[in-house]
Amino acid sequence: MKTAVTGEENALNKKDFVAPNDVRWCPGCGDYAILNAIQRTFPELGVPKEKFVVVSGIGCSSRFPYYMNTYGFHTIHGRAPTVATGVKVANPELSVWMVTGDGDGLSIGGNHLLHLIRRNPDVNVLLFNNRIYGLTKGQYSPTSEVGKKTKSTPVGSVDYPVNPLLFALGSESTFVARTSDTDMKHMVETFKAAHAHKGTSFIEIFQNCVIYNNKTWEPVTGRESKSEQSLFLEEGKPLVFGAERNKGIRVNGFDPEVVTLSENGVSESDLLVHNSKTSNPAYPTLLSQLNYPTFPTPFGVFRQLEGRQTYESAVDQQVAASKSKQGEGDLQALLTGSDSWVVE
Amino acid sequence: MAQAKDSFIEIESAVVRFAGDSGDGMQTVGERFTDSSAFAGNDIATLPDFPAEIRAPAGTLAGVSGFQVQFGSREILTPGDAPDALVAMNPAALKSNLPDLPAGGMLVVNTAAFKKMNLAKADYETNPLEDEDLRKKYHLVEIDFTNMTKEALAESPLKPTDKARCKNFFALGFMYYVYGRPLDTTLKFFQDKWGKRLPDLAEANTLALKAGFNLGDTMESARNRYQIAKAPVDAGVYRKISGNEALVYGLVAASKQAKLELLYAGYPITPASPILEGLSALKHFGVKTIQAEDEIAAMGMALGASFTGKLSVCATSGPGMCLKSEFIGLASITELPLIICNIQRGGPSTGLPTKNEQSDLLQSMFSRNGDSPIPIIAAHSSSDCFDCAIEAARIAITYKTPVILLSDLYIANGAEPWLIPNVSDLPDLEVPFADPNEDYVVYKRDPSTLARDQAIPGQIGLEHRIGGLEKNEEGGVSYDPNNHEEMTRLRGDKVNAIADSLPPSKVFGDVEGGDLLVLGWGGTYGAITSAVRNLRTEGFPVSSLHLRNLNPFPHDLCNILSKFKKVLIPELNMGQLSLLIRSKYLIDVVSYSKVQGQPFKVAELSNKILETIR
Repeated sequence: MKTAVTGEENALNKKDFVAPNDVRWCPGCGDYAILNAIQRTFPELGVPKEKFVVVSGIGCSSRFPYYMNTYGFHTIHGRAPTVATGVKVANPELSVWMVTGDGDGLSIGGNHLLHLIRRNPDVNVLLFNNRIYGLTKGQYSPTSEVGKKTKSTPVGSVDYPVNPLLFALGSESTFVARTSDTDMKHMVETFKAAHAHKGTSFIEIFQNCVIYNNKTWEPVTGRESKSEQSLFLEEGKPLVFGAERNKGIRVNGFDPEVVTLSENGVSESDLLVHNSKTSNPAYPTLLSQLNYPTFPTPFGVFRQLEGRQTYESAVDQQVAASKSKQGEGDLQALLTGSDSWVVE
Repeated sequence: MAQAKDSFIEIESAVVRFAGDSGDGMQTVGERFTDSSAFAGNDIATLPDFPAEIRAPAGTLAGVSGFQVQFGSREILTPGDAPDALVAMNPAALKSNLPDLPAGGMLVVNTAAFKKMNLAKADYETNPLEDEDLRKKYHLVEIDFTNMTKEALAESPLKPTDKARCKNFFALGFMYYVYGRPLDTTLKFFQDKWGKRLPDLAEANTLALKAGFNLGDTMESARNRYQIAKAPVDAGVYRKISGNEALVYGLVAASKQAKLELLYAGYPITPASPILEGLSALKHFGVKTIQAEDEIAAMGMALGASFTGKLSVCATSGPGMCLKSEFIGLASITELPLIICNIQRGGPSTGLPTKNEQSDLLQSMFSRNGDSPIPIIAAHSSSDCFDCAIEAARIAITYKTPVILLSDLYIANGAEPWLIPNVSDLPDLEVPFADPNEDYVVYKRDPSTLARDQAIPGQIGLEHRIGGLEKNEEGGVSYDPNNHEEMTRLRGDKVNAIADSLPPSKVFGDVEGGDLLVLGWGGTYGAITSAVRNLRTEGFPVSSLHLRNLNPFPHDLCNILSKFKKVLIPELNMGQLSLLIRSKYLIDVVSYSKVQGQPFKVAELSNKILETIR
């Protein structure tokens, strides 16, 4: 007889979530760090192990479920949001985590991602963004920079890239965050926040493809550049960054600008103060457009809106309301209908 | 007052067609006529025929909508080859339907609509009602439905335009008189539909219907009236049912019998949308419905729900099936139960969205990459959709497989009487999931069905991963060549094993064999059976067999086919079942194809059968 293992009585630990299979990502792939972070996060969520379901599409990142000792479904290219929606609506008690990449989630599966986010089921979406197609060996992706030279763009890409966070905000996501495969502590914090949020949580993870797009995020998250090029969002705190913690983001009219504290009379009170709970989309939209190299790149929770009903609870509510209004369905009465006749 | 005119002529069956502009309410009056006939104890079969455009320009040929019903005192299996009576509400309806009316047929026209502008829209240079040949050839009945309706509603508070819209019920009332139909069901319909919300409209339609009926009674020209006795059918409680309704009820029944919650995901598409709409209204049965962002998403949602142990269903039509193909392959390799209903329509591509065809059989068989056989069943009539839904659920749940259920536009929209089953007589479909007290092996198979053990998320100790990559028995990703061949073989063997569970096939006619077997599938059942029945009555040695299971075929099919000198396969496609039968059994069947967006006529089938046995 197997017994329940929960976060409280029999504390789960990381090992409980390690699947027996060999992990087959390339040595040095950023996916290892993300897997590690998830395996560290899950035991701390207070969710029984058997309630986790990890759903993915196709691509390197989408091999993720095979490495998690939970229920998992490796589906088809771009369609993970649909399967995740089906799982969550069918059984709202499950903790559903969806893993996708920039190609899977934003190219072939862009439409589904839009509809997942707008419906707002309580699904946590982890979008691994490495700005390249890895599993198909190095073609440009929808997040690749203009001019990017790849096997399919030998003289440079002419596609304007999609900004994942702006896409999520445009879909009126109730939870939008960004983290990086280089920052274990920040990943775990972000994943916990996503789990705590009731509704679809969208997390862009800067992830490094060591083979086809190595160091793509280095200018932002590298050891050398992190302090000057990364901006860590803290609720209620001014947007301050820099090795000396002496730079900040101020708004001039509608435009953000980088200012130096104590220069020209600038003080912390002039800076934007982080508020992830404002319902006005202007602020997270502004944040999502702070890009390298003009601005430091923000990390953390951009937006976290409470109060919008989750899709699965709305579906359940309608079922319950119908039952209470019409009574539990009577199959014989349904089949007989109101216009039957008797043949003697 | 009329008196001698009330003498009825007793007939066995009749076919009436209502035709008018798509805004004229022809479908509504056709439905009412059907209800009334069913209530009167006749057997019935209907054929709605409407344009793809919701409101094509009024009065044009493109906007003509028709509804044909056959009713009789004997078993009625088709809506009839040709109408005995045609009601034409405007010149366009006359132009597009007159070629189907045999000489001597009753032609009822709304004279008010035969004005210059409408005639021009229908490409008539002169008024056809002034054509002496028309009067000679048909039994022409000219009635000014529009103005007579207005007169009948003189006291009604409705606006003049709304009054004019009641003319369809005036025409219906007249036809009720001609065929001696009871008004009760229609009067009840008015009350149910508008009695509370729009009582003035309910009253106006009631007046129009009665005025039309009374007109028949008082018209100066003597009129034949027809009487059709009750059909001799089994005792029991009946209702009228369309294929899509029957499918909805069958799915709900299957979910009850399997003790599984029903989750339906769909995307609007003609002619499958009524299934999404029908199930959405049954939430009190615990049914969850999702209108997905596209056909692919609907399939993914259903598959996600299957993974969690629900009875999952999608319904669509051919173009939607194209989009679902990749997901059906995933359902095949992950071996999850799922029902995919394809309400076929004319193809390829958008094709003929509102016309009938049965041309998606080969798509069902072969549309996926790799060797990925899927069980396929096909409903043969409107009410059979109920039984097929239950059968599809049985196969899906028992064998852990996606199942394709083929219906078509003709049986989806058409209706027939249905002997309502007793819920207590429905089969038990319950199949246990994996036992949490035992070690779980993802692809461990039941030795008799070859179905894998399905464990559902949320159960302690059964955590496992599935997906589109080939797996070994333990559920691990495997690129081992022998494993792939073994798993491919097992998936095929499992589908073939379904044949072990099928009942013996029922040949209509010479069960020991004979000169000709007409082999059919799907919605052609009524036409084939009628043709064979008629020819047998005339002494011809012909028999028929109608297949429900198209993959796998029943075990006894090979033996049955070998007992007949010739096998004729009529299909509303270019010979798809013929191809399958030829390739599987190496029998040189005779293929008979029709792809005109319309069902087979009994007469054309009879001719082909006679031609084949000669």
